[in-house]
Amino acid sequence: MSRIKEFNLPDLGEGLTEGEILSWLVAVGDTIELNQPIVEVETAKAAVEIPAKWAGRVQAIFHPEGTTVEVGTPIIAIDTDPNAGPVETPDTPSGTAGGDDLPTPSAASLAAVEVAPAEGMVEPGLIGGPAPGGRTAVLVGYGPRTTAAKRRPRKGDVPAQARPAAAGAAPARPEPAAAPPVEAAPAADRNGHTGAGGLVLAKPPVRKLAKDLGVDLATLTGSGPLGSITREDVQRAAAGATAAAEPVAATRPATAAASFGADREQRIPVKGVRKLTAENMVRSAFTAPHVTEFLTVDMTRAMKALDRLRNRPEWRDVRVSPLLLVAKAVLLAVKRHPMVNSTWSGDEIVVKEYVNLGIAAATERGLIVPNIKDAGRLSLRDLADALTDLVQTAKAGRTSPADMSGGTLTITNVGVFGVDTGTPILPPGESAILAFGAVREMPWVHKGKVRPRQVTTLGLSFDHRIIDGELGSKFLRDIGDFLSDPEAALLAWT
Amino acid sequence: MAKGDPGVTTRGRRAAPRSKKAGAGKAGDPELVQLLTPEGERIESVTGPDGTEYRVDFTDEEYRGLYRDLVLVRKLDAEATALQRQGELGIWASLLGQEAAQVGSGRALRTQDMAFPTYREHGVLYCRGIDPIMPLGLFRGVDQGGWDPNEFKFNMYTIVIGAQTLHATGYAMGIAMDGKTGTDDGEAVIAYFGDGATSQGDVNESFVWAGVFNAPMVFFCQNNQYAISEPLERQTRIPLYQRAAGFGFPGIRVDGNDVLATYAVTRQALDNARHGQGPSLIEAYTYRMGAHTTSDDPTRYRIASEVEAWQAKDPIARMKAFLTKQQLADADFFAEVDEQARRESVHLRERVLAMPNPEPTTLFDHVYPNGSPLVEQQREQFSRYLESFEGSAH
Repeated sequence: MSRIKEFNLPDLGEGLTEGEILSWLVAVGDTIELNQPIVEVETAKAAVEIPAKWAGRVQAIFHPEGTTVEVGTPIIAIDTDPNAGPVETPDTPSGTAGGDDLPTPSAASLAAVEVAPAEGMVEPGLIGGPAPGGRTAVLVGYGPRTTAAKRRPRKGDVPAQARPAAAGAAPARPEPAAAPPVEAAPAADRNGHTGAGGLVLAKPPVRKLAKDLGVDLATLTGSGPLGSITREDVQRAAAGATAAAEPVAATRPATAAASFGADREQRIPVKGVRKLTAENMVRSAFTAPHVTEFLTVDMTRAMKALDRLRNRPEWRDVRVSPLLLVAKAVLLAVKRHPMVNSTWSGDEIVVKEYVNLGIAAATERGLIVPNIKDAGRLSLRDLADALTDLVQTAKAGRTSPADMSGGTLTITNVGVFGVDTGTPILPPGESAILAFGAVREMPWVHKGKVRPRQVTTLGLSFDHRIIDGELGSKFLRDIGDFLSDPEAALLAWT
Repeated sequence: MAKGDPGVTTRGRRAAPRSKKAGAGKAGDPELVQLLTPEGERIESVTGPDGTEYRVDFTDEEYRGLYRDLVLVRKLDAEATALQRQGELGIWASLLGQEAAQVGSGRALRTQDMAFPTYREHGVLYCRGIDPIMPLGLFRGVDQGGWDPNEFKFNMYTIVIGAQTLHATGYAMGIAMDGKTGTDDGEAVIAYFGDGATSQGDVNESFVWAGVFNAPMVFFCQNNQYAISEPLERQTRIPLYQRAAGFGFPGIRVDGNDVLATYAVTRQALDNARHGQGPSLIEAYTYRMGAHTTSDDPTRYRIASEVEAWQAKDPIARMKAFLTKQQLADADFFAEVDEQARRESVHLRERVLAMPNPEPTTLFDHVYPNGSPLVEQQREQFSRYLESFEGSAH
């Protein structure tokens, strides 16, 4: 038994096929103990930490963070006896008995993740067959695996053509990639029936793929059972067509005879934050009738007030930004118009006495909207701390689901991207969202003269089922009033 | 039947516990029986809603024994969770946080008492003297759970939610008919289930049958606050133990993170049952600190501050604090217990990894005690199928 042990990603739930490496908690060279957490993996069911199966030293990590790894693939190698001197086995041929004890990453560990096995012995459409994008989205625990199914051979009943071909594999059959491209197929109709009356054999998903990729099935030579056309045949033909049209594409990237095919498109799997964002946006945009109003405000006085605040000794270490004033303005305006802080729930409107103030934040993982709980009760100082904390947590990617749930009203600070304002979409369940644009020095009529002033534009979207134009306008006007002259507004309102 | 006797249970307004020490009478939980506070302070005795006085009188050695049970049970459970994460078990339902409810009730059982567990009662199983490797074989998929329910008086794990309460009720009615109750050495039955199971038909039917037939049993509900992700407020509008009143038997709530109170309350309820006083419901108020099972991610449905609040009520920490304050144990003792737990968990791991995969045909072995022609025929067919593969040893 080798002292280097590879740990395969186990099925962490019941019947899961893959997991995404969220973060490595150890690095190559680290000494680890039995059951010490080594990696955080997210599956379709849960994000979990995996404890080390053996004590020792981390010899190799096979997959970087962010990769999706199939269950059963080695993810880490651990030297279980690191004090026994250098490892002498790296050039030992792998593939000997005891597959889980291979000293070097086995082939499977290096096989590109999310790429279906290329061998042609597994029929497309069967379990283990190739699938678009390398895999098929399935319900958890059911449906096709994308690894080649390892069926035990049966005695006596070996299919005559299948097994010998396994040794020779691809070269044994005609090269379908060389088939003429799409245009050169006059004899076939749309259903893939050849003009000569012969029927092209291909399964419905393969036909669909061919249609999507613009490949004419009649022009292909099938490499599957009984000469049927496989998914690979189609993909190869599609790639070949592009290659034929652009034989020197690799050296001359921008040619006039541009193709508009898959080679010039990037396909990004929709998952995680992107998927959630999309679902929320669609849900909100098509259930809540949005109205957006705009107000341009002279924030010069407010910016000066911020400067004075920064200069106060007790505020010296506090991060003070215009967003803080906007947050305060929103919270004060909510007090004057509680109805804007509400939820439409079908047969009733839920007006909330607490404000969980959402702040839309751009992070590496996408847009997230954590909220400050019960922000209406916070002093300005506490609000400033909460804002700083929220932003730092979001940037570090540590925002918890609890931080993101229960929001009642949201601010999106699009100004940080240098734009003037926007028409934001309501987070689901909320009735108002304020876009805060960039604060710019602009010509502004001040005391009868055009002066350079610090000006911003606010955009307020609200749910017109709950908030009428009058209420929405008053609410926005109050926010504007506060930002024009915070001191006076404070004196007048509180 | 003793039904209809108003002396069995107290009717009318329930009096607040007349405990001199107010630990059990905290606002919000006026009817929670507690003998050991989260800070490790002992409460001498608590009077339950029906006038029963709950107290424990353990020797120093017994107190230390309970602590040892708690630590071992938690450590073995943690090892099983780790083994699942490492691909050695298919799934595991952790008992983390519920050690006191299980050890307290498990130790309250007398030898002749019969227990009907769910799939999370690893702590009770341990107290019944069953080798803790047994459930791991079940969750590794190499056997169906290998203990003899009759020998250990501990039924097989039941995965179907609440089904075991019906089995327990039938069993309890059976021992009553066999005349095994009514004396000090009579038998009693305990059925374990969770807060989610109280919404099941099976459990409510069991309540009806047990109540009507005065079955000698204890319904022991570990209210760990979540039925997978569904919180308690989606199960009930009233405290769960009050449900018993509607079925005509007493219910009581005990601090399920307090091993002493759980022991006292369970022991009393079992003794009532064995003396023919009928069933009762115990709601052990506790918290599942971990996931529902290893397939679950609790951070998706509960907030960290709630978990932290329960952390402060940890069953082991309060027992340790008690032992330390009362000078019943020293640092050497705690270190020795930890070392034993570590040793046993390593041993458990080694034995799990060494478990042989069963022969496929053992599938047919235990269908009937004396075999059956049909099963034999199926075994033959299956053997032939296995032999049809190349390289098969069959």
